[in-house]
Amino acid sequence: MTAPSEDIPMTATVEDIPPSTRETGPGTPRLAVEDLRIVMPATRRRPEADVVDEVSFTVQPGRVLGLVGESGSGKTTVALALLGLVKRGLAIGGGKVLIDGRDILALSEHDLQKVRGRSVAYVPQDPGSALNPVLKVGTQLREVFAVHGGDADRLTQVMAEAGLEDPAPILASYPHQLSGGQQQRVALAMAFACRPQLIVLDEPTTGLDVTTQRRVLDTVRGLCHTYQVAAVYISHDLSVVAEIADHVAVMYAGRLIEIGAASELFATPAHPYTRGLMRAIPLMATSHELHGMAGAPPRPGNRPAGCSFRPRCEFAIAECESGEPQPVVVSDTGHAARCVRATEITALSGTALLARDRTVPAAAEPVLTISRVSVSYTNKPVLRDVNLDVGARKSVAIVGTSGSGKTTLARCVVGLHKDWTGTITFAGSQLPPGVRGRTPDQLRKIQFVAQNPYASLNPRQTIGQIIGNPLTHFTKLPARERDKRIGDVLTSVALRESFAARYPDELSGGERQRVALARALVVDPELLVCDEITSALDVSVQAAIVELLLRLQAERGLALLFITHNLPLVRSIADDVTVISAGQICEHGPVTQVLTAPKEAYTRQLIADVPSFEQTG
Amino acid sequence: MARRPEVIAVLGRAVRTPRGTAGLVIAGLVVLVAVIGPAVAPYSATEFVTAPFARASSVAWLGGDVLGRDVLSRTLDGGWQLLAMAAVATALGVVVGAVLGVMAAYYGGLWDSLIMRAVDVILAFPQLVFALLLVSILGPKIWLIVLAVAISHAPQVARVTRSAALDISERDFVKAMQILGIPGRRIIRRDVLPNLTSVLMVEIGLRLTYSMLVIAGLSFLGFGLQPPAASWGLMINENRVGLIANPWGVLMPAILIALFTIGVNTFTDAVARASLGVGGRATEPEPIALVAREVTG
Repeated sequence: MTAPSEDIPMTATVEDIPPSTRETGPGTPRLAVEDLRIVMPATRRRPEADVVDEVSFTVQPGRVLGLVGESGSGKTTVALALLGLVKRGLAIGGGKVLIDGRDILALSEHDLQKVRGRSVAYVPQDPGSALNPVLKVGTQLREVFAVHGGDADRLTQVMAEAGLEDPAPILASYPHQLSGGQQQRVALAMAFACRPQLIVLDEPTTGLDVTTQRRVLDTVRGLCHTYQVAAVYISHDLSVVAEIADHVAVMYAGRLIEIGAASELFATPAHPYTRGLMRAIPLMATSHELHGMAGAPPRPGNRPAGCSFRPRCEFAIAECESGEPQPVVVSDTGHAARCVRATEITALSGTALLARDRTVPAAAEPVLTISRVSVSYTNKPVLRDVNLDVGARKSVAIVGTSGSGKTTLARCVVGLHKDWTGTITFAGSQLPPGVRGRTPDQLRKIQFVAQNPYASLNPRQTIGQIIGNPLTHFTKLPARERDKRIGDVLTSVALRESFAARYPDELSGGERQRVALARALVVDPELLVCDEITSALDVSVQAAIVELLLRLQAERGLALLFITHNLPLVRSIADDVTVISAGQICEHGPVTQVLTAPKEAYTRQLIADVPSFEQTG
Repeated sequence: MARRPEVIAVLGRAVRTPRGTAGLVIAGLVVLVAVIGPAVAPYSATEFVTAPFARASSVAWLGGDVLGRDVLSRTLDGGWQLLAMAAVATALGVVVGAVLGVMAAYYGGLWDSLIMRAVDVILAFPQLVFALLLVSILGPKIWLIVLAVAISHAPQVARVTRSAALDISERDFVKAMQILGIPGRRIIRRDVLPNLTSVLMVEIGLRLTYSMLVIAGLSFLGFGLQPPAASWGLMINENRVGLIANPWGVLMPAILIALFTIGVNTFTDAVARASLGVGGRATEPEPIALVAREVTG
């Protein structure tokens, strides 16, 4: 399992930046991670298992390294190790984390305390939970300055650099009074306050809308370059990393499988996994078939012999089974990948996307008509005079940032939210506001799939019971017929019939979302309302779910109302798109028209702010 | 592959911990004494065997009580009724409290206000005082004592259940059922209650110890089984005047009540810990926290 000692460390890339672009003396990276290994220590029941192994990389001052991976890849574990921390139940199994030559893994807890904040700073994913809610922002920022030394002038300066031009009102506020973007800027100011050598950013823009995300990314980049700070930016999102990182490292199953300069890596991915990820991501420019990757990454301690990615790899050959592949350098700038066929794969032209051949259904009678719908929460308008048609067999996307009211609209349609005014007409008859007033037939024909598959399935019921719920409620089928229907619908969402006996906690996120889809489809609806159904999933899983949804829509002639904040996804999935902002419809039209030639300034801005690796390549 | 029900899975895991084993053994010992006691007692509980407060002897191993009856026999005989009453009062209190709590949480609005304000009123009385009040007005009847203790438990159970059920009622899988137009009662039964089993199990354990203490306390104060019947609470009261002459008359019932309370509490603690690993088996923590953060909108 462990590699031989003549292992080639994957450090070549960043070392090989042309000397002209180096800001400090050559040869001394700010951060050097050498053969980092983090393990779940052996217990009576199981032997030691590595969670992260053979991870080596370096980052020069002023540079940003993007560390990308899907859930469970070990990226957060590596990030924490850079601060000298490990999650509960894990232990450092070996390797070094050198910051300016000093190994922080060898420091005592007391010395580490001094290092954190001063040498290494951390920006968390959710700044709201990292700031103390009962203290004013000013108090918290000054505390950081007091501990690490610094004066008031510097405070104002750092805040300005973090994009907070007018610090006085912000300093006097409590964290909850600030927007998500402002909170994240405060966290950035806090991190950069003590001029650290290294800054670790753990998905700091995940909770932000695209426009705020774009601004925060620009700020981070600027600060790193100004202060010559080395940054490690953790993300599950390749597009975001493409926006900010100079170099990109891709993790899979606890190992670095590819590393290289961002432009090079995105233009010519050398590892099949990276290539797969890129094909799974929807693009703004074109509608292409999203390429999902079958299977799931191996769990720690459960690695297949040879390459960890082999069971899911379309390029696998016999040689892949013979041992952990060693890094293969594919370019003179140090672009390297752990794949025996790296050179061949790099040479493949682009990522070979298949253009989607989606015929827009002819205009038909709308199955759903929303007219002049308004909603207020305690006098605060959430939706104002919304009008929208969903044609039969059509796929309509509603796009908006968080707080735009798009989810509220979905809840009005399915009857979860009943305090709205206006009219919603479905299949020719007007819908009563709440579930209670609706006829069984109306309830059956409109089905809903929720955002988070981890919350939408009752953990105490089997998959069969979960899917059977709507069936027993709407129909009086004999048990055998019901079981057959459940089996059929499981097959149609690409799950085995044997899943009926399983419980939700035995399923992955993608499988759960398929079950949620099956529950909606088992009663043959005419309209499917999908609320951000892929936002909790990894991109490779998202791709598979989206393809499945489109296939089912075509097969069953469903009308689709698809709520999302992901514009590129709209490109791949919808016929029509409605852009909603602050509770009002901003723009509506066919996808091709709205996304390529938007009329409204708001839509243009939204499109411009979408991160993407397209321009980089 | 059928999975063991949650209750059994959690109990099984609790028993296998040292804490759980210890608790179960201690409480089980007391239950054993109470249940088989009447059958093995050397004398009748009301038979005069020795002089009042006679020291332990070969005739009466634990000496005599205030009237010269055998302390050992009375101890063996005086537990089962107390335990039975505690068990029934607990069951009644937890069922009523859980139903009220879940209804308040699920239906909300007026139901919630009505139920919870009523609960607040009852909670304003200390538990023992509340039971005393009922019993002293209506007389020391056994069914009334059980009922009084049950009623005094219900509000506390309702509170705990409500807060747990509020969380469950907001989950998407409950929403998914609501959208189908499935009636509330069915959703409560099939989706909300099964997700409260571990909360209710802990609540049953806690309430059982309280029941035991309140009923024994009432019995000590003279509300409960009436003389000449043997009952641990009553025995402590009767024999306390002879504490120096023959301490066993007070010590034995006191020790058994204390052991039972400690045992049940320890086991409940083990159950509470075991129920943290949900899902019927020790699963790896789900990435739910991470996922929740990735979700916007």
